[in-house]
Amino acid sequence: MDVVPGIDPRAPLLEVTDLHVEFRTQYGVAKAVNGANFWLSPGETLAILGESGCGKSVTAQAIMGILESPPGFITKGEIRYRGVDLLSRPEEQRRKVRANRIAMIFQDALSALNPVYNVGFQLSELFRMHRGMSRADSKKRAIELLDQVKIPAAKARINDYPHQFSGGMRQRVMIAMALALDPEVLIADEPTTALDVTVQAQIMGLLAELQQQRNMGLILITHDMGVVADVADRISVMYAGKVVEEAAVYDIYSRPAHPYTRALLESIPRLDMKGQQLNVIRGLPPALTDIPKGCAFNPRCRYAKDPCRSDPPPPAYAVAPHRTARCHYFREVLGE
Amino acid sequence: MSDPNAITSVEAPSTLPGAEAPRGRGKSDKPRSLAGDAWIDLRKNKIFWVSIVLVLVILLMAIWPTLFTSADPRACTLANQHKGASGSAYFGYDFQGCDVFAKTVYGARNSIIVGILSTLLAGVIGLIFGLSAGYFGGATDAILSRGIDIMLGIPFLLGAIVLSNRLVTPQSDGVLAVTLTLGLLTWTSAARVMRSAVIASKNQDYVAAGRMLGAGSGRLMLRHILPNSIASFIVVLTILLGTNIASEATLSFLGVGLKNDAISWGISISEASPYARVATEPLVWPSIFLAATVLAFIMLGDAIRDAFDPKLR
Repeated sequence: MDVVPGIDPRAPLLEVTDLHVEFRTQYGVAKAVNGANFWLSPGETLAILGESGCGKSVTAQAIMGILESPPGFITKGEIRYRGVDLLSRPEEQRRKVRANRIAMIFQDALSALNPVYNVGFQLSELFRMHRGMSRADSKKRAIELLDQVKIPAAKARINDYPHQFSGGMRQRVMIAMALALDPEVLIADEPTTALDVTVQAQIMGLLAELQQQRNMGLILITHDMGVVADVADRISVMYAGKVVEEAAVYDIYSRPAHPYTRALLESIPRLDMKGQQLNVIRGLPPALTDIPKGCAFNPRCRYAKDPCRSDPPPPAYAVAPHRTARCHYFREVLGE
Repeated sequence: MSDPNAITSVEAPSTLPGAEAPRGRGKSDKPRSLAGDAWIDLRKNKIFWVSIVLVLVILLMAIWPTLFTSADPRACTLANQHKGASGSAYFGYDFQGCDVFAKTVYGARNSIIVGILSTLLAGVIGLIFGLSAGYFGGATDAILSRGIDIMLGIPFLLGAIVLSNRLVTPQSDGVLAVTLTLGLLTWTSAARVMRSAVIASKNQDYVAAGRMLGAGSGRLMLRHILPNSIASFIVVLTILLGTNIASEATLSFLGVGLKNDAISWGISISEASPYARVATEPLVWPSIFLAATVLAFIMLGDAIRDAFDPKLR
């Protein structure tokens, strides 16, 4: 079933090129995303990593097409799904791509589920509207879905309201909703931040399992290095709206090529450093209305030299095949 | 949770047996909706019961006045002028010699009709204005909100006198004219409440989630935003119902509302007031009924609002 014309099944699953997003507010223009680049293949997990306010969630919203506009505007760039540039398509076509091909899981499942309807209604509504199923069939499918995301006694719980579920169960319902129409790309925007640690592990395990079953591409947005190490294949590290480093997960953890990535890794608390002071990255991420000249990380960077402080900002150097870093001194960082 | 080993070391089974065991589904354990919770609250509220009984009695009076009195409010005998209360006429007789009790009972109908219809009209206008202003925002919101501001700037009585004078036709009893007048002048507060409720729920994640799952504007607005923002709107309308009944009486008292051959509390009060020192009963009884009706509707609105407000729970 082709949801939009022009889909090329051989083209890459999802490709984001030079994406720019800005928010025009009365206090000035906040440049939330300044040239994000990444791609995603079927069955692969790409983690987008970064501090709060570095443009991770905005990138996800731009891909989904649910950016609040105004104040948010996509000023430049392409988002290609199977060769189709979504940004150039009319809203009606984009709407069909959503949920059918690209779906998203929100951070806080309680606020992402409508409080006035029970979960069965919300799930089966999807099948009725997108698939034209009857009430009885769609309810049956909804129960199957809840079973798939391992909600115990799915049949009994289908008539429960969102507030009657525990946090983990709620996130499972959210996952069920996102997966209802068999999307090829799933964007998970900090899916486990609102949950406690054991439940986090369960949810991540469930996501990985479902991804394998369905051969989905998964974009995992997080600031949690622990989650990333366990499930991601590749990592894009974002800073001030730019992807500063992109590499396979093993490469990043063993030999980071960007000072920011390196600093992030060093700030992870370790068991063998018990009792010592934690490493921190000094300073704050830049205000998006006032991003420093040159490399945005230069005020906090211990490798920074004069070229970092003036425009143009460092390009994406090819560190190795399929590995880039936006740092003039990546060799030094790598320790070569 | 920043330890990269945390997840692998936990190795939690993807469902913990018994952690989320299916609960027994007795009658008391039925899933409760917002309205279900509100009903449980309302049942315990004395004010709710008092107001609902009053409202039901008045509604019954409006629908079926012969249940309360067998007297004809239009059969007046001048010989009975200003006679006091008696076993046949509980509230006595007025200046024209009409049975005050019968007039008061029959007067409920016009008050209720005007009150309900004008509130419905105000509700429809307010809903359309509030929903579109809140949902679309931007220029639409600016234009609609300024429209609301202009309407609010019109002094109510002056506007009502001018409007009902324009709308009334010589033959009619003025029910339609007063209904339209009140409906067209009183929708503003309802629209404002609706607008703010819509703005509040528009930014909720579930609306974004709905859009993410491919819902269009119409579906988002009617299916997801409206049910979540309607509660306070309904409460404003119940309160408006009370004030509209009072406004009808005010307009009729001033002579620009219902016409003389119609029976209404406002007209009765207006007719009786010059003779208040001779006979108080024709003035007092319709006033008491009017006050009780307005109070009942406002109390009902208050009780419902409290029940639906999660912050007061």
